[in-house]
Amino acid sequence: MPRIHFVEFGGREHLIDVPAGTSVMQAAIDNHVPGIDGDCGGECACGTCHVYVDPTWLPKTGTRTTSEDELLNFAAATQESSRLACQIRMDDTLDGLRVRMPEGQH
Amino acid sequence: MSTLSRVQAREEALSIPLDRIDVSNPKRFQDDTVWPFFERLRREEPVHYCSDSMFGPYWSVTKYRDIMAVDTNHNVFSSEAGGIVIFDRKVGERYPNFIAMDPPKHDEQRKTVSPIVAPANLANLEGLIRSRVCAILDSLPRGETFNWVEQVSIELTTQMLATLFDFPFEERRLLTYWSDVATTFPQPGQPIDTWEKRDAILAECLAYFTGLWNERINKAPGYDLISMLAHSPSTRNMGPREFLGNLILLIVGGNDTTRNSITGGLWFMSQNRDQLQKLRGCPALIPGAVSEIIRYQTPLAHMRRTALRDATVGGKQIKAGDKVIMWYISGNRDSEVIESPDSFIIDRKNPRQHLSFGFGIHRCVGNRLAELQLRILWEEMLERRLDLEVVGDPERVPSNFVHGYSALPVRIAA
Repeated sequence: MPRIHFVEFGGREHLIDVPAGTSVMQAAIDNHVPGIDGDCGGECACGTCHVYVDPTWLPKTGTRTTSEDELLNFAAATQESSRLACQIRMDDTLDGLRVRMPEGQH
Repeated sequence: MSTLSRVQAREEALSIPLDRIDVSNPKRFQDDTVWPFFERLRREEPVHYCSDSMFGPYWSVTKYRDIMAVDTNHNVFSSEAGGIVIFDRKVGERYPNFIAMDPPKHDEQRKTVSPIVAPANLANLEGLIRSRVCAILDSLPRGETFNWVEQVSIELTTQMLATLFDFPFEERRLLTYWSDVATTFPQPGQPIDTWEKRDAILAECLAYFTGLWNERINKAPGYDLISMLAHSPSTRNMGPREFLGNLILLIVGGNDTTRNSITGGLWFMSQNRDQLQKLRGCPALIPGAVSEIIRYQTPLAHMRRTALRDATVGGKQIKAGDKVIMWYISGNRDSEVIESPDSFIIDRKNPRQHLSFGFGIHRCVGNRLAELQLRILWEEMLERRLDLEVVGDPERVPSNFVHGYSALPVRIAA
């Protein structure tokens, strides 16, 4: 089962086993990892599952969709490595993925 | 609202021909009888055309997923073409503002003001909000009936708004007044009975704020909304109508909405004592309860879009130019997405999943500030073990847009 390292804004780490096919957002919600809200339930409609993907993993997670890019445009403290966690689906090639959370979702 | 008119409304909602249903009548919101009409539309015709209303013809979108589909499709469903509310004003009579703009201008102006409600600044505001909540709660009268809307809901949100604008604090009730005027749809018999009267009062608002603008544009950029607007390249050259439009947006958005969730929250808890008991027993439930209050209240009943081209929504053919109303208030009661949607349940499974903030690029910019204010208020109310007794039904405002209250009589035992 692939694993994700979630790093909270304050630095606390969570190592979570995630069934393949689950989104990174859903993995955080299901495991009560703080720092990801996911208000819209994974429809790419709210921008409250903003994460920074570790640069070494960024190419493997694919590229932002148009609507994802539009929402990230309004998120606070967006960076190159910003993604919406609901748009990254876990599989074995992402085993060990590392994402950091921003100060808050907005 | 009497039980009788509730029963009558239900009978009418079930017997009236489907094509004659008009959910836009403000009176149905004032007397709280709109619910069975939405219920029938969701069941029988979730995307419904009303050919004749006091606001002209319009489409109603009543189910959660259809609303989300319209809200996230800003390329087809424009906020700019006809504005974001059901009533129409001619182009020259409108006050342009960023929520009623499409990209790219919307994006630039929104980004000018959004830092004030971003996570970093909310952390700075928390202490201030808490001290104000404490002062307001501690000053409430004991042993006499008072209006919760005036003493708590308006007071707390208006103080917040004065801070965000760095507005002269002693004159902050002007903000409340302008907010109420701005959301008024002029009707005979109301205090604001003509558009001219409404526009004249809003011109006073503009004049006042122009003074603040002139003061701040000559100073170094500060961290308040007026200074941000005056110094940003995307807003510093706004004409007076656009300045006023954005002021109204920020005033209403920061005032009328959370005000009504503050009142609604107390009303719902008083009607669902088991939920209040649950919350008192476990304050960790407060964040979820706050989301549930915001869903159950739905402080803005609708947002409007205008179709830029022909489109299909929920199987219905919408034509270019048609007025499309997303009834958030109805979508938040859609049992296909929200379990037992008519029940107020503070510890439901996915409390954040609601439509009250909208979705897509126009999603409420101040949503986390709204939640923060409500959370702190409930934390401090529980901390004080305030025994608030709601001693009468609320009075609601006659609006299909601002879903809110003008009064809620409350008493605290002496």
